[in-house]
Amino acid sequence: MSILQTPFPVGWQHYLLGGLCLGAGVALLFLFTGRIGSMSTVFSSTWSYVVRRPFFQQARLVDTRGWRLLYALGLILGALAWWLWRGAGVAEGTQVPWWLLLAGGFVAGYGARLGNGCTSGHGICGLGSLQWPSALAVLTFMATAFITANLVTRWIV
Amino acid sequence: MSFAKGLATLAAGALFGFGLALSSMIRPEVVLSFLQGRDLGLALVMGGGVAVTLLAYKLLPRLLQRPLLGGSFGVHPSSWNRDTLRGAALFGVGWGLTGVCPGPAIAGLGAGNLSLLWAVAGMALGALVQGWRADR
Repeated sequence: MSILQTPFPVGWQHYLLGGLCLGAGVALLFLFTGRIGSMSTVFSSTWSYVVRRPFFQQARLVDTRGWRLLYALGLILGALAWWLWRGAGVAEGTQVPWWLLLAGGFVAGYGARLGNGCTSGHGICGLGSLQWPSALAVLTFMATAFITANLVTRWIV
Repeated sequence: MSFAKGLATLAAGALFGFGLALSSMIRPEVVLSFLQGRDLGLALVMGGGVAVTLLAYKLLPRLLQRPLLGGSFGVHPSSWNRDTLRGAALFGVGWGLTGVCPGPAIAGLGAGNLSLLWAVAGMALGALVQGWRADR
């Protein structure tokens, strides 16, 4: 029950500010270009440069692959700016082992593309468009993520 | 793509990445602490992000005829079918295994977390296999 007593054990301001900031990024992209700033599509669209199969040559991937890569590069630069702003100290790291990152990444990547969205696509952009299929998708992945993180990951990491 | 559009896209991505880093979502451990019920932070990040996005998506198309740099306002494609259900369920399993989703996997590299290259590689392979199977 401790989460009810202390829902934010390390503070809450940075969470809210960070959320508003990433929302501002999505809003800015929409204001200037009309583009929908979801993330997982870049993992399919970038393959269109080298894979000739029909799926990867769809217009919705080929026509957006350029800006999606640029947007991804922006993500890296933004996090780099944060790191420099914080004093360029120790690089970020994680306790999650490499094989789990690879395996979990594979399942998350496959699933996000099959289900047409991830935490930013269905979560931020889909909920931000008040789309009920996205709301159902968010409920679905939150549920399976809670179950997995508590039943499996807790014992590894 | 015009230079201005490219610059706006890059800047928007940078703001997104800065937000992901500021909110510590680029740390898999923080995401796992939400999923394991120890810290509600991720809900605030999501709430803040959705609130700003909602305002932009609802208001801008009413205030402006078209985006500032031309083109038209897009719509997030979303439909509910068996693939969406299966895909979302699988995505959650992968996310729950690592605490890493596509945005933070990419952004985290900028803050020096090069281990996330493993997650990026996994996601790219997952997307490749998904597209490969979709063609059969």
